[in-house]
Amino acid sequence: MGNVPTTVKHCLSYEQLIQDYPWLKRWLLEEKEIVPTGVKIQLIDMLSGTGLPVIEATSFVSSKWVPQMADHTDVLRGIQRAPHVRYPVLTPNMQGFQDAVAAGATEVAVFGSASETFSKKNINCSIDESMLRFKEVINTAKERQIPVRGYVSCALGCPHEGYIEPSKVSEVAKSLYELGCYEISLGDTIGVGTPGSMFKMLQSVMKEVPTNALAVHCHDTYGQALPNILTALQMGVCVVDSAVAGLGGCPYAQGSSGNVSTEDVLYMLHGMGIETGVNLAKVIEAGDFICNALHRETNSKVAKARGRTLGCVSVRENI
Amino acid sequence: PGRQCLSTSSGQALPEKVKIVEVGPRDGLQNEKTMVPTETKINLIDMLSASGLPVIEATSFVSPKWVPQMADQVEVMKGIDRKPGVSYPVLTPNLKGFQAAIKAGASEVAIFGAASELFSKKNINCSVDESLQRFDEVMKAAKEFGVPVRGYVSCVLGCPYEGKVAPEKVAHVAKRLYSMGCYEISLGDTIGVGTPGSMSKMLEAVSREVPVNALAVHCHDTYGQALANILVALQMGISVVDSSVAGLGGCPYAQGASGNVATEDVVYMLHGLGIQTGVDLSKLMDAGAFICRTLNRKTNSKVAQATCKL
Repeated sequence: MGNVPTTVKHCLSYEQLIQDYPWLKRWLLEEKEIVPTGVKIQLIDMLSGTGLPVIEATSFVSSKWVPQMADHTDVLRGIQRAPHVRYPVLTPNMQGFQDAVAAGATEVAVFGSASETFSKKNINCSIDESMLRFKEVINTAKERQIPVRGYVSCALGCPHEGYIEPSKVSEVAKSLYELGCYEISLGDTIGVGTPGSMFKMLQSVMKEVPTNALAVHCHDTYGQALPNILTALQMGVCVVDSAVAGLGGCPYAQGSSGNVSTEDVLYMLHGMGIETGVNLAKVIEAGDFICNALHRETNSKVAKARGRTLGCVSVRENI
Repeated sequence: PGRQCLSTSSGQALPEKVKIVEVGPRDGLQNEKTMVPTETKINLIDMLSASGLPVIEATSFVSPKWVPQMADQVEVMKGIDRKPGVSYPVLTPNLKGFQAAIKAGASEVAIFGAASELFSKKNINCSVDESLQRFDEVMKAAKEFGVPVRGYVSCVLGCPYEGKVAPEKVAHVAKRLYSMGCYEISLGDTIGVGTPGSMSKMLEAVSREVPVNALAVHCHDTYGQALANILVALQMGISVVDSSVAGLGGCPYAQGASGNVATEDVVYMLHGLGIQTGVDLSKLMDAGAFICRTLNRKTNSKVAQATCKL
């Protein structure tokens, strides 16, 4: 059960093309120390001030499984909700959903997997069984007019099964979409994907789910996240998940990186002339804050370079 | 395969094959603080030769006064096991360096120009035009000896002093080098500030002046943009990519920041795209692990980091 991703999610809103959902992922599971509630709240508040329109705040999973998220209610109640910013939370089941709503959640997310083995090892049930659980959550959410985002993990490879057929990813994405998820985020959980496999997978999924309802959630474990994101953008996907400072390692490759850094994604998008409405310098500040609080270095190359450049004109121009 | 699907905007497929120019032993080590023993350099080059890399930049015939790391240039050149079919170009900043290189057995050389005047002045104490004139004598001598010359252009996507660099300036310098007789021009994002946006604008300008099959990209990963920039270059018809095993060689302009893109990460991406490189990734990673152990430093390659910990 330990791999249920619970995240603080930062969304970049691109006026023109791209709605980017960068998220701060699993800093709870991969970061060994429990982060104080006050720090989490401060981080989210800083991110709310950067221009990001969606920030995944917490997870209503049992604190027995994810102690780092035990303060989910306090976090949701403690943050200063900025107007025009959404704060979805993870709700793996009905209990979690009810707790989330009681705590004031106005958007939720459910997680499916494209790999049977991963599903069984992660949430102790088959993909089909997980869909039944989500159906309950989604139907209840519908009644309460609460939008639900669906995630598909292992979209480009599984730590147990290895290669995952694109058709399997499409099948799960389609199920979640037909159940009522407004958007499906396709996750390269172990970061093994490349532009080649990203292309094939998206080609398959796009036959079943409208492109404008798709998002990519790339991990940078093999350094492939940015070219994979670029590929997705070129295929018309306009929602991208990422994490400030690239927080959240890969639980399957100890010490390796996991989430792609929001700063690095933003730098690329801005360089491509895509407007985001997000202030990169403020995101870097938020990244600096959380890295100091966690006593660790950022995973963002942009943040590292900016922090160490000796009078480089180009750096100032680009940030 | 993905390669055929990720076509350029004009519908052109990605290249079937990509030639990787391994710059670790020269560009990489030159920017590492630790002095590397000659034997280690030779071992590294031999391991890289065994991995299938077609081009390995072996050393630099620059004055040891300026680049002490390359002082053992002759011993390295003479000590390596030259694999048939593999090129071992060396840097030759002037005629003296060229002559020393030939004497030491070099059969391919490389010269450098900058797309930024300020960078040229601060780096080699002369204007871009003056630097190209200096290379005239190297080009003449190289022709006489039948030695191919590769040209590098630095600061193609930004300069640490000038900031933005006009694509037309890059095109101008690339064209000069090509007209002088360089068989290939490697376009270097020296400070890694480029993005797919600036990469495509620059390549558009350069490919109007130099045939695309004579172009290469040399991307730095200082801002994490290297692989995305390389992908865009491939989509625009480029089929030669420079990289450095283990991502050796930091960025001298951003202390502690990364520099060269890691060959392992490039190969991983290319193979994932169905593009042939002739490189055995696991042997390449062995070479990377070897040099990192010797330098007592962590690899900059994410593929290497991920693979040894799974």
